[in-house]
Amino acid sequence: MRQKLIIIMCLLFIPALAAGQESVITADSSLVDTITVVPPAPVTDLIAYDKNNDHGHAIILKWTPSADDGAGKKNVLGYSIHRSLSPNGPFEERGIAAAGDASYNDVGSKERESADYMADHVDYYYKVRTLTADESVYADSEVVGPVQSYGQWFNTDRWMVLIFVIGFMAIMIFMINKARRGAKLFVRRLAGIEAVDEAIGRATEMGKPILYVLGLGTAAEIATIASFTILGRVAKKVAEYQTGLIVPCYDPIVMTVAQETVKASYMDAGRPDSYDEDMVYFVTQSQFAYVAAVNGVMLRELPATNIYMGKFFAESLILAETGALAGSIQIAGTDEIAQIPFFVVACDYTLIGEELYAASAYLGREPVLLGSLKAQDYAKAAVMVIAVIGFITIHFGWDTFVEWFHVAN
Amino acid sequence: MENSKKISIIVFAGVIVLFFVSWISKTSGFQSTGLPFGASVRDGFLITLAAFLTLAIISFLYKDNPYYKFAEHLFVGVSAAYWMCVGFWSTFVGNFIPKVSSTLSGFFEVPYKGFDIFYFVPLILGIMLLMRLSSKVGWVSRWSLAFIVGTTAGLNLIRYMRSDFISQVSNTFVPLLVEWQGTGHFFSNFNLSISGQFVMMLGNWVIFIGVFCGIIYFFFSKEHTGFFGAASKLGIWILMVTFGASFGYTVMGRVSLLVGRLTFLFRDWLGLIN
Repeated sequence: MRQKLIIIMCLLFIPALAAGQESVITADSSLVDTITVVPPAPVTDLIAYDKNNDHGHAIILKWTPSADDGAGKKNVLGYSIHRSLSPNGPFEERGIAAAGDASYNDVGSKERESADYMADHVDYYYKVRTLTADESVYADSEVVGPVQSYGQWFNTDRWMVLIFVIGFMAIMIFMINKARRGAKLFVRRLAGIEAVDEAIGRATEMGKPILYVLGLGTAAEIATIASFTILGRVAKKVAEYQTGLIVPCYDPIVMTVAQETVKASYMDAGRPDSYDEDMVYFVTQSQFAYVAAVNGVMLRELPATNIYMGKFFAESLILAETGALAGSIQIAGTDEIAQIPFFVVACDYTLIGEELYAASAYLGREPVLLGSLKAQDYAKAAVMVIAVIGFITIHFGWDTFVEWFHVAN
Repeated sequence: MENSKKISIIVFAGVIVLFFVSWISKTSGFQSTGLPFGASVRDGFLITLAAFLTLAIISFLYKDNPYYKFAEHLFVGVSAAYWMCVGFWSTFVGNFIPKVSSTLSGFFEVPYKGFDIFYFVPLILGIMLLMRLSSKVGWVSRWSLAFIVGTTAGLNLIRYMRSDFISQVSNTFVPLLVEWQGTGHFFSNFNLSISGQFVMMLGNWVIFIGVFCGIIYFFFSKEHTGFFGAASKLGIWILMVTFGASFGYTVMGRVSLLVGRLTFLFRDWLGLIN
């Protein structure tokens, strides 16, 4: 009887043990349940619209981040943006936004042959996928669209540029008309320019040529255009005095314009027969090869005067030092800020920055040039007034005026 | 004259001998590193030629001489031909042909990008520019020149107005009193640290006064006399200090170029340094 009781007790105890183990297993399972990634909440209020003030091929998306982003179970890692040509797909991934972000710029290429080409005036559909640590666990937003990208004719962020351009052009036209009507427009003395006439006279007395270097700019650079005017003036004097002129050119188009300028100057001086096309010649479009050639000319032809007017780069000091070695009087003018110090050091006269542009007006005295110079002076005065207003407004915290002058790229 | 001619011939002979000695020496040097004979001869020649041309150019520092003239003319000729080839292959073949002809694209082995009729506009302008070579119809090239100069000037007007004018004006809006809480606070917290109140205020004052006086210097409608003259003088002083700093910085860059050339001569050519 006792044995039967023990057996029965054991039989009863074993299930209890098993139940306990099951409860342990159950507890482990519930632990496993707590670390399983649950699907996050999708983003809401997704909108898509064309990016403004651009040339097209870009769409902006904005949304309210997932409720699980930084809150709740905090299992949101980021968002992937998907695009399709139809609301039902197939969708391709366009990019990733980080957790916490609420916008994305989908920018494509405008080149048809590019793999990232994004056509304008085509319906696109978007959805935003909320991502978690597990790639298979995510939540898609509703699909929005159709939305089209297109370019704008006007960039409204640059309205201040338009105002300044219109204002400057109005002043310039007014001053040019004033100059054309015969008004005497005062331009202060520029030492470097007055030295040009003196230098040309020196070259004539010594019977040596004048070397005129137009720089390394193209015919469209402002400094080169100003240099053409000065070249015209120099060439006219040279034609009158029957002095030699050497104009080695870096750019073929600059050579073409320089030839036209010099030829016109010789004709103006009444000496068309003295014009020699070989005065103005092309050397090479390699920077230091050009410099090597000009240096050779300086030491072989020994010009009395070297005039450097235009755009210069690293070769400026080499040219100026070699000219000093040859004993030439040197007059330089450039708007390249980094090269001005070298010309100041090595040349007898230097036109700094805008003085080069003013020189062409000072020498030529043409109404168009004089009027433009006067308009520039008015613009400078406007800059000073605006700077004072800006300084006052920034101290009083009136940011609107300051913001007007922040022009987007 | 006879003596100078003899000296010139002896120097020239010496240069030729040195050239061949260097060539042979560099060739054997390359061969000992395992390079094939043909490649060693080629590399030995090129490195010797580069070294001799470098020395020929540097000889200009002494005076003009036939070796400098040779190097100069070689440099000018090779660079002119090189840029012509680059211009043809990059602009004409790389840019124009893929947009106008699939047959020519195949011939030049460049990918055809689809026909675009607008690319004939620069072609016509380019042909008009080439008419400069003819004295009878050379006037046609002026239209191309007018287009180039006018278009670039118009585009640059907007670019410079935005970057060089309005942005610069905007950057001049600086507070002259930075984090101002009274003179007591200013003097009690006085320090020369770069983010300190004093240095920031000093910088802003320099910017403001420098811009003002610099603009006055470039004012051409009034003589620089009286207060205007004094401000103009301050402006040019500020400009010259800036130019001096730029000068020193650029000279450092030029010295590094010289170091590069000397390294080539002493390491790659003569093998005197590792």
